[in-house]
Amino acid sequence: MATLSMIQAINQAMLQEMERDPSVVLLGEDVGHEGGVFRATDGLQAKFGKERVIDTPLAEENIIATSVGMAAAGLRPIAEIQFSGFLHLAFDHLVNHAARMYWRTRGRWQMPIVVRTPAQGGIRALEHHSESMETFFTHTPGLKCVMPSNPYDAKGLLVASIRDGNPVIFLEPTRLYRSAKGEVPEGLYEVPLGVAKVVQEGRHATVISYGGPMKACIDASAKAREKGIECEVIDLRSLSPLDETNEVAKSVMKTGRLVVVHEAPRTLGIASEIMARVNEKAFTSLQAPMKRVTGFDVQFPLARFEDYFVPDSFRVLSAIEETAGY
Amino acid sequence: MPVTKIFSGETYRIQVLDESGNADPQLEPRLSNELLERMYRTMSLCRVFDRKAIALQRQGRMYTYAPVEGQEAVQVPAAMAIGPADYSFPSYREAAFYIARGAPLNKLFEYFMGWEAGQEAPKESRDAGVSIPVGSQTAHAPGAAYAVKLRKGKELAITFFGDGASSQGDFHEALNFAAIYSLPAIFLCSNNQYAISTPRKIQTASASIAQKALAYGMDGIQVDGMDPLAVHLAVSEAAKKAREGKGPTLIEAICYRFGPHTTADDPNKYREPAEAQEWRKLDWPARFQKYLSAKGIWTPEYGQKISEDATKEIEAAVASAEQFRDDPLTMFDYVYNKPTGHTLEQRKELEDEIAKRKAAGLMR
Ligand SMILES: Cc1ncc(C[n+]2csc(CCOP(=O)(O)OP(=O)(O)O)c2C)c(N)n1
Ligand SMILES: [Mg+2]
Repeated sequence: MATLSMIQAINQAMLQEMERDPSVVLLGEDVGHEGGVFRATDGLQAKFGKERVIDTPLAEENIIATSVGMAAAGLRPIAEIQFSGFLHLAFDHLVNHAARMYWRTRGRWQMPIVVRTPAQGGIRALEHHSESMETFFTHTPGLKCVMPSNPYDAKGLLVASIRDGNPVIFLEPTRLYRSAKGEVPEGLYEVPLGVAKVVQEGRHATVISYGGPMKACIDASAKAREKGIECEVIDLRSLSPLDETNEVAKSVMKTGRLVVVHEAPRTLGIASEIMARVNEKAFTSLQAPMKRVTGFDVQFPLARFEDYFVPDSFRVLSAIEETAGY
Repeated sequence: MPVTKIFSGETYRIQVLDESGNADPQLEPRLSNELLERMYRTMSLCRVFDRKAIALQRQGRMYTYAPVEGQEAVQVPAAMAIGPADYSFPSYREAAFYIARGAPLNKLFEYFMGWEAGQEAPKESRDAGVSIPVGSQTAHAPGAAYAVKLRKGKELAITFFGDGASSQGDFHEALNFAAIYSLPAIFLCSNNQYAISTPRKIQTASASIAQKALAYGMDGIQVDGMDPLAVHLAVSEAAKKAREGKGPTLIEAICYRFGPHTTADDPNKYREPAEAQEWRKLDWPARFQKYLSAKGIWTPEYGQKISEDATKEIEAAVASAEQFRDDPLTMFDYVYNKPTGHTLEQRKELEDEIAKRKAAGLMR
C-alpha cells in the first residue's frame, strides 16, 4: 500500500472511477488544466479530455443545476465547488431539485451527483473559505453528507459516494489535504456511507467527532490516558445517513459518558442530534451529562482569531476531564 | 410582413489616451490639474501598496491578498468620478478603489493581516465592505439605488466586479432589475481577462461583456481600462445620466491582472509570461506620465518625489498595522446589533477558557 495524502487519495478515487465508469464526469471552476485550486483534479483533464473534465463558467448555481440535468440524462457528475462558502450559491438546486428529483419522479430518475467542496478552517483564509456547513445538508431529506478525516476514508467514501445514486455532499477538511497522510490501497474499495468507525477503544468516556477535529480528539484522548481516563474515540465519517449501526449508543452503553466535538457552530449542530439519539437509545447508561465542544455561534473569524474558534485538544481534554470527574 | 427586425444594437469602445499617451482631442475630458495630479498620486500610491502587500505576504507577515496591479486605472478614476455620498459595492480586488475613497491604509493592511477590525470604516462611509462571493455585490447596487430613488436623492450606487462575475446569475438579475426601474446604478466590470486560471472565453461566447447591457434594455460601453481618462470619462457620464434619472450603465473596462490571482496562485501554470509583456505596453504609468508631462505636470523629479512619498506613507501604515492587537472576545461583538443572551454566554465561555489556558501556561 502506498502512503498518500488526503488530496492524493481523492484524486486517485476520481481517476480510478472515471477509468472504470465512462459516465462519470467532472465539472467545476478551474478544475481542468489548473487541476483545481487545491489540485484535487490534477492531471484528470489531461487524461480524460475536456469533454469529461469540464471547466465551467463562474456560476455555482449553474454547476449544480447542470449536474442535475446531467444526472437525469445518465451521467454521474462530480461537481467541485471551489470553497465551502460558495456552495450556498447553489443551495436552491441542491435542496429544491437534487434532493427531490428521485421523489418527484417516483424513482424514475436517480441523482448520482457528488458535490465535493473544501470545508472547515485552519488555513488562515479569507471570509467564506473556512465554513462548516454540514447541518444545512444533513437537515435536508434526500441529500447525503460525508466528511472524511484521513486518506483511507477519503478514497473509500468518495468511491461509495460516486456509486451511491443519491446526491452526496462530500466535505473535505482543507487543513487535512496535505497534512493528513496514510496508507491507501491501490485498488478501488468502498467505505460504506452511514457507518461510523471506532478508532480507539476505551471504557471511561466516548469522544465523537468527524473531519478536521478528529486529530484534536485523538490528541486529547492520548493526554487523558496519561491521566488514567480511557476514551473510546469514534469517527462518524458519514453525517447523513448518520451512524446506522449505532456505534455511538453502543459505546455510551459501555462508557456512560459522552463528549461530542465539531467545528461547526453549536446551535443545531451534529452534536444536538447525537445527544438526542443517545437520549433515546442509551439514556439509562449515562453517568454524567453529555458534553459538546463546538465552534461558537459566530461568523467564522478571520485569521487572527481562528484558533480561538476551532476546537483544539485543550478544549476537548477539558470536556473529557469535566465529564470524567462528574 | 411575417418577418420583421425587432432589435439591432451596437456597442462602442472608448479610449482617450493612445498607447503613447497622446489624448484624443475630441474625447479629452479636460480635467483640472488638481484632479489629474490627485489621480496620478493615488494610482502611484496604490501600486506601491500592492507591491508591498505581496512582499509582506511572501515574508509571512500578511495573509492572502488579491493584487490590483494593472487595474489601478479602473478603480482610482472611477472613485474620483463619483461623489462621497454615493454608495459603492466593491469586490475583493478593489484595494485601489478603497484607497482612492480615503480608506486608512493601516486598516487595509490590518484586514489582510487577518484582523477583523481592519473592516472598520468611518460611520458616514457608504462603501460596502469587501465582498468575496464573486458577483454577489453586483446585486446589492440596484437595491441601494432603489432606496435613493425612493427618497428622491441624487446619489447613485456603483458596483465593481470581474469578467468571471459576469457569469453569475446575480449579475444578470442585477442588470435586469436596475434597467426595469431605471435606477441610478453603475456596473463597472474590470475585465482583466482571467478568473483565476479560467480565460474570459470560458465565461461568455459574446464578443464583449458591455454588449450584454443591450439585452436588458440599458446602456453598455467598453473602455480601455488602462487609460485613466477613458475610465473617468465613462464613469462621469454614467454618473450624470444616473443623477438625471436616465437609468443604469454597464461599463466594461479592459485591463490585465499582472500579478497572480491572489498570493496563493501561480499564474505560470496557465498563462505565458509573454502575454503580460504585451499588456505591459499598455500599462498606465508611461501613458499617463506622457500626458501629464505634456500638461507641464510630470517631470522625472516629480515622479520620483511621488513614489518616495508613497513609499513613506505605505511603510508608516505597515508599521502601524503590525503593531495592532485586538481581543479575541470581539468575535462576539458584531454577530447581532445587540448581543443575545446566548452570544454573551459563549463569550463568557471563551473568556474563562482563555484564563484557564493562561493559568496552564498554554496561551496560544
Ligand atoms: C461565488 C464564488 N465562487 C468562487 C470564488 C473563488 N474565486 C475567487 S475570485 C475568483 C475568480 C473571479 O474572477 P473575476 O470575476 O474575473 O474577478 P478577478 O478575480 O479576475 O478580479 C474565484 C473563482 C468566489 N470567491 N466566490
Ligand atoms: Mg477577471
